[in-house]
Amino acid sequence: MQNFTNNYPVEEPEKTQSTMQRRSFLRYAGAGAAALSLFAVACKKSSDVTSTTKTSIDVGGGDNGVLNFAYVLTQIEAAFYTQVISTPYTSITTAETTILTDLRDHEIAHREFLKALLGTNAMAAITPDFSNINFNDRTNVLAAAKGIEDLGVAAYNGAAPFINTDPNNLGFILKIVSVEARHSAVIRNLLAGTTYATFADSTLIHGASYGSVADPLNGLETYRTPAQVLNALNQYLTVNLTATLLV
Amino acid sequence: MNIFTIIDEIQKIDPDFNDRVNPRRAAIKNITSFGSKIALAAMPFAIGTIFQRAYGAVPQAIIDSFNFALKLEFLESAFYTKGLTTTISSSPLIPAGGDTTAMTTISNHEKAHVAFLQAAIVALGGTAVLQSTQGTAGVYDFTAGGKFPTVFTNYDAFLTVANGLEDTGVRTYKGQAPICVGNQTLIGNQTLLACALGIHSVEARHAATIRQLRSNRTTGLPGLKGWVTGANDTGNTNFAANYAGEDNVLQGSITITNLMGYNNVNIAVNAATEAFDEPLTAVQVLPLIAPFGVK
Repeated sequence: MQNFTNNYPVEEPEKTQSTMQRRSFLRYAGAGAAALSLFAVACKKSSDVTSTTKTSIDVGGGDNGVLNFAYVLTQIEAAFYTQVISTPYTSITTAETTILTDLRDHEIAHREFLKALLGTNAMAAITPDFSNINFNDRTNVLAAAKGIEDLGVAAYNGAAPFINTDPNNLGFILKIVSVEARHSAVIRNLLAGTTYATFADSTLIHGASYGSVADPLNGLETYRTPAQVLNALNQYLTVNLTATLLV
Repeated sequence: MNIFTIIDEIQKIDPDFNDRVNPRRAAIKNITSFGSKIALAAMPFAIGTIFQRAYGAVPQAIIDSFNFALKLEFLESAFYTKGLTTTISSSPLIPAGGDTTAMTTISNHEKAHVAFLQAAIVALGGTAVLQSTQGTAGVYDFTAGGKFPTVFTNYDAFLTVANGLEDTGVRTYKGQAPICVGNQTLIGNQTLLACALGIHSVEARHAATIRQLRSNRTTGLPGLKGWVTGANDTGNTNFAANYAGEDNVLQGSITITNLMGYNNVNIAVNAATEAFDEPLTAVQVLPLIAPFGVK
């Protein structure tokens, strides 16, 4: 059983990979790449989740709310890539290992930075479980990576405007979000082979045909609100996170 | 009628009114939507100016910021347009297939960003800079005064310049975005800050993709990553100044390399520099793009 306390914001030590919980988390329906996109499940209503059995934790408001929200995201990302590198998929290439190791190390850096920045205001650590991802399969893993990175960019872009106290915190979020966008582009390009057709496609960017469609946001990346992001992530966490003050 | 009572009445209905009122026509259009609250016939035609002056709401810092970004987008857009239409002995400079797909996508985005910024500046009541004021009658020197002599005769040179321009673009937007904080003007129902963030991450996608293209070419820069390792990792020393500070490992008061990384080992320097992209101010960026003709 998970030994979470619900005394937010008590800090818990990071779980090592050997004690990672084996509950159903990050459940990806089907094996198709499209089905593995976290965006695809972002529309699912939170009422589908049995939230009555889960502890509810709000990330809080203001700067710490945004930073804790980001801290949760980076914990999930870091844990995912740590698993990817420790149990790499069949026929992983040297180049892919380098990329995915970098992603792991970047997300760990982001996670540790946010944890240090938050200090005693950091939420209790979360422990996602990826037991339903097939880490042996390249398509499966890269599709999951794509979903996570896409969601990360949308999350940072959607959460940044809620920084309302220290402009330095906006600066930090800005420094991280462009790196997440680089991650997303790289993973998408790995998935697309040499076609380079999807690093910034219409699932991410406003405007089907730039300039010919009268969309004032043509060429701009879409974003998700913190609530929308948590709606996608909560199904895969043992707690029910909310962001009622980041609105 | 008391103009300030009218303003109060409008503000109750539309808190964003003071930011939305710009040209006279738009002002009157907004006013008519409040029907019986206003006796339109009694309104002086210069009502828009009156509202603007009453709130002093023309955000010059944002207009200046968007005009700076527009200059950069003019440059990038012209760069890709020229690249996509350049041939060397009847063969396109840019190889067919994935490279052309990538460049076309990027080019389309830059054109869209130009259009966005032009519209945003107008929405703010400002005047957008014209490309004709840039370079020589709007034509840039992408060799940057001879620093990149083969930019349009050698695809790897073109990619190198693209690499430098995109990374610089990311740093520029990162430096400019905070200027939008607090402004309530909406474009496409989102704030200017949200819009700036939306261009910023697209430029980062461009940068990462250009880098992958370079990395995947034996004549490019094999081993180059989608992210910036240390400072200038482009392989061309002419871009050194564009990457000043990118090797930073101190974030606020936190030294990233003192934090615990994978396997209880400190986070490595490369990861620490790669994981954070650094901003540049407009003052820092201008000398980097001036050699191409940006003024």
